[in-house]
Amino acid sequence: MHIPDGFLAANTWVPAWVISVGGLGYCIKRASEALKDKMVPLMGVMAAFIFAAQMLNFPVAAGTSGHLLGGVLAAVLLGPYAGAVVIAVVLAVQCLVFQDGGLTALGANILNMSFIGTMGGYIIYSLIRKAIGDNKGILMGAAIAAWVSVVLASSACAIELAVSGTSPLKIALPAMVLVHMLIGIGEAIISVLILSFVLKTRPDLIYNKEV
Amino acid sequence: MHKKEILLWLAAALILAFFVSPFAASSPDGLEKVADDKGFLEKGETEPVVSSPVPDYAWPGIKNEGMATGLAGIFGTLVVFGLAYGIGAMTKR
Repeated sequence: MHIPDGFLAANTWVPAWVISVGGLGYCIKRASEALKDKMVPLMGVMAAFIFAAQMLNFPVAAGTSGHLLGGVLAAVLLGPYAGAVVIAVVLAVQCLVFQDGGLTALGANILNMSFIGTMGGYIIYSLIRKAIGDNKGILMGAAIAAWVSVVLASSACAIELAVSGTSPLKIALPAMVLVHMLIGIGEAIISVLILSFVLKTRPDLIYNKEV
Repeated sequence: MHKKEILLWLAAALILAFFVSPFAASSPDGLEKVADDKGFLEKGETEPVVSSPVPDYAWPGIKNEGMATGLAGIFGTLVVFGLAYGIGAMTKR
């Protein structure tokens, strides 16, 4: 759901840019408090992996495709702040190098996918993880949060389209949510597959707030 | 993470980007589909604000589409790896 140039009016993309610049500054500050040595290369690896995975569109309903967003996946391994920074790096490179998402809309795309998708998703994940516990809690939390993160990000996108006067909310919101409820299933499956593998091979890479 | 492990994960990402991406579904994504259905797709078909060096994940000047996509994938994977690693290293004090 990378918004291109032209979809958003200045009344929307300017404030979204301000929020995303300020938010990223805050994320970097918070990440620097929590970042451990082993997480620095993991930031690079996660960015590489999520970028590659975002190129792999899978078919959903008729004539539609979706791809991994990766926000919850990044946050489960890196925590919400470094995770949000990684997603923002991926979005910025996609926009500047590959014309995937417009430059004016980059702030909104970061707001939707880095902040709402990644940090919002992390909050849901950690609540479920705490309630269930163990590896089952990690996987269940990640699955549900992954699905919700895609639906939430698409809702935010629909709200931005409506505020911009591009498409009325009562049309854009149900349409965006419906298709992303399907794409979110793919998000949940891919996230769980990768995290199951990490839990088997390097469980220490899962982010723990307390430690 | 050990160096070997980092290289293994990076290699896995590069393999996905190079060998699998040419086979990815080409139908519009969720937002494009909604834009098309609801009649506002043409709003996004204006000239982009900045022109990108590798538009639409196809390395310019390469005729073979799969190769053009694969090379774009490798390039992008390495760029985001370097950037995110670098930002991580600078962030960690």
